[in-house]
Amino acid sequence: MRTVPVLPVALAACLAAGAALSDQADIEAGKKVFSKCIGCHQIGEGAVDRIGPHLNGIFGRKAGAHDGFSYSKSMKRAGVDGLVWTAETLDAYLENPRALVSKTRMSFRGLKDADDRRAVLAYMRDFSDKPSDLPEAEPTAQGTDHDLDPEILALEGDPEYGEYLASECLTCHQSDGGADGIPSITLWPTDDFVIAMHAYKRKLRPHPVMQMMAGRLNDEEIAALAAYFKDLGQ
Amino acid sequence: MTLNRRLFLGTGAAAAASLSAPALLADGHGKPRVIVVGGGAGGATAARYIAKDSKGAVDVTLIEPSRTYFTCFFSNLYLGGFKEIDDLGHNYGTLAAKYGINVMHDWAVDVDRDSKTVSLAGGATLPYDKLILSPGIDFVDGAVEGWDLSAQNAMPHAYKGGSQTELLKAQVAAMPEGGTFAMVAPPNPYRCPPGPYERVSMVAHALKASNPTAKIIVADPKAKFSKQGLFQEGWGNHYAGMIDWIGSDFGGGDVSVDPAAMTVTIDGEVTNVDVCNVIPAMKAGRIAEMAGVTDGNWAPVNAADMSTKADPDVYVLGDASSQGDMPKSGFSANSQAKVCANAVRGALTGSKVFPAKFSNTCWSLIDTNDGVKVGATYEATDEKIAKVDGFISATGETSDVRRATYEESEGWYAGITADMFG
Repeated sequence: MRTVPVLPVALAACLAAGAALSDQADIEAGKKVFSKCIGCHQIGEGAVDRIGPHLNGIFGRKAGAHDGFSYSKSMKRAGVDGLVWTAETLDAYLENPRALVSKTRMSFRGLKDADDRRAVLAYMRDFSDKPSDLPEAEPTAQGTDHDLDPEILALEGDPEYGEYLASECLTCHQSDGGADGIPSITLWPTDDFVIAMHAYKRKLRPHPVMQMMAGRLNDEEIAALAAYFKDLGQ
Repeated sequence: MTLNRRLFLGTGAAAAASLSAPALLADGHGKPRVIVVGGGAGGATAARYIAKDSKGAVDVTLIEPSRTYFTCFFSNLYLGGFKEIDDLGHNYGTLAAKYGINVMHDWAVDVDRDSKTVSLAGGATLPYDKLILSPGIDFVDGAVEGWDLSAQNAMPHAYKGGSQTELLKAQVAAMPEGGTFAMVAPPNPYRCPPGPYERVSMVAHALKASNPTAKIIVADPKAKFSKQGLFQEGWGNHYAGMIDWIGSDFGGGDVSVDPAAMTVTIDGEVTNVDVCNVIPAMKAGRIAEMAGVTDGNWAPVNAADMSTKADPDVYVLGDASSQGDMPKSGFSANSQAKVCANAVRGALTGSKVFPAKFSNTCWSLIDTNDGVKVGATYEATDEKIAKVDGFISATGETSDVRRATYEESEGWYAGITADMFG
């Protein structure tokens, strides 16, 4: 009987499709951007876990699932909820780590420039399994620019409406910021709150209850909730 | 005699309201008055939100016979040994002290909608501008042949939290080796659709440890039930060969019991049982019927604000209401209470009323760290509360996902009880 080599699922899926390379210029630029990361993360041959996990083969990996690294509770929860690192989710994470994974231990304010993110992802992608074989499809496809429309972020929320809408959140999330089994959402900076809720709405952030709850909130309602929760408990 | 039944805790607003005799309340009292009957997920939440958000502008009285309220939700986890009974008990001290709610531990025994008053068993008659009834469930007389309330010690329903739950747990613990636990499941609609099946899971969990040759029989008047695929998968994984579910297609609806002989007859076959948990057909808590706002077993309400079809000044929340697509659950009652509180406060004080939004999620535990959930969002239409979107746990989920779901349910319990009792 022939032995069938067992490939990681992501890699197997990748090999099945066509191949394309990331733009070489992006990779070069990305190497420079990655200098912001090397204090904590290693990548490339011989990379090991340091303050953060090594990033070889990050594409297609479940969040918080690299054996031997001690992740935050928040990151492990995200992985259990179904967060997988793809170009799109990594792009969202790099833009604002806490908007995607609320209490990540990654102490990094984020890359606000979409070009920087595209470049560093191209560089990291080069250290994925068999990058030359990776197709421009999940999980390494360049994410569409997911930046929220600045007009959405600039919306002034109505805290009174937010207070009413928030009553629905407070069935599970405690108003005093207590968190046992369900995370605290009080005193959350407005932008982070809005970005996180839109990430649920667009199903970037995993979790069936939150995707459902956020799914029916419009831009004004999300702004209203953000306006209410930013001061709750003060 | 009314005064000594009241709680004299806390704020000036509470004390002032408590000291006003009912006769004075009836005329010339400046503040609008809301009476809430029933201190569970619907009533306690509505009272708290109206009092909290009106900041003393509305006089809120909460009538609830129990000084310690034992939640029905999570009571199955007590049967399974995952919670202590004290974990499920809550009192009303914070609602009185922090929110100025006049908490009266008494029974509401009648409602006069013409004079807009509520009569209490203790003798008081209280006037209201708005009345919110959240009385939960009572049982339909004669629903299970051979059973009535006088048999609830021999064959407990354990479908209201507290002493019945404790009794059922004690009976399960006392079962002889290899004994039989029978459940008579209720017909739709009833409180907590996955509840009977979570209970079967929790009883099986307890018996597996203490009495592994024991058997469980479920006689069900329904052909299918909530989260059926998830429960049956779990029963196969954890309790293989222990649980015999007899749906209506197999005679499960043709059932009678004999509490004196401790027998259950299913589709003509008599079985001797050691414990029999009879969960009869349900109807709205009796005060809703006495208020004349029911139609059949339940109280029809308007989806926009939970006011009854019968009377715009009387609202019915939670299990007792007939509202449309929402399941009868603590989560639903809590969700409806906030919509109602917003509307009632608006009507009485002119505060802004926002459009109704409802949601529900029901978590169930099948075995240790094996949690599942189902949930949906809802909106108010002219006819009913209508489902918008929903989700359900999938069969075959990893143990990590199931554990996270269970931990989430514990977070929800902490959240909703804080939302109800402050």
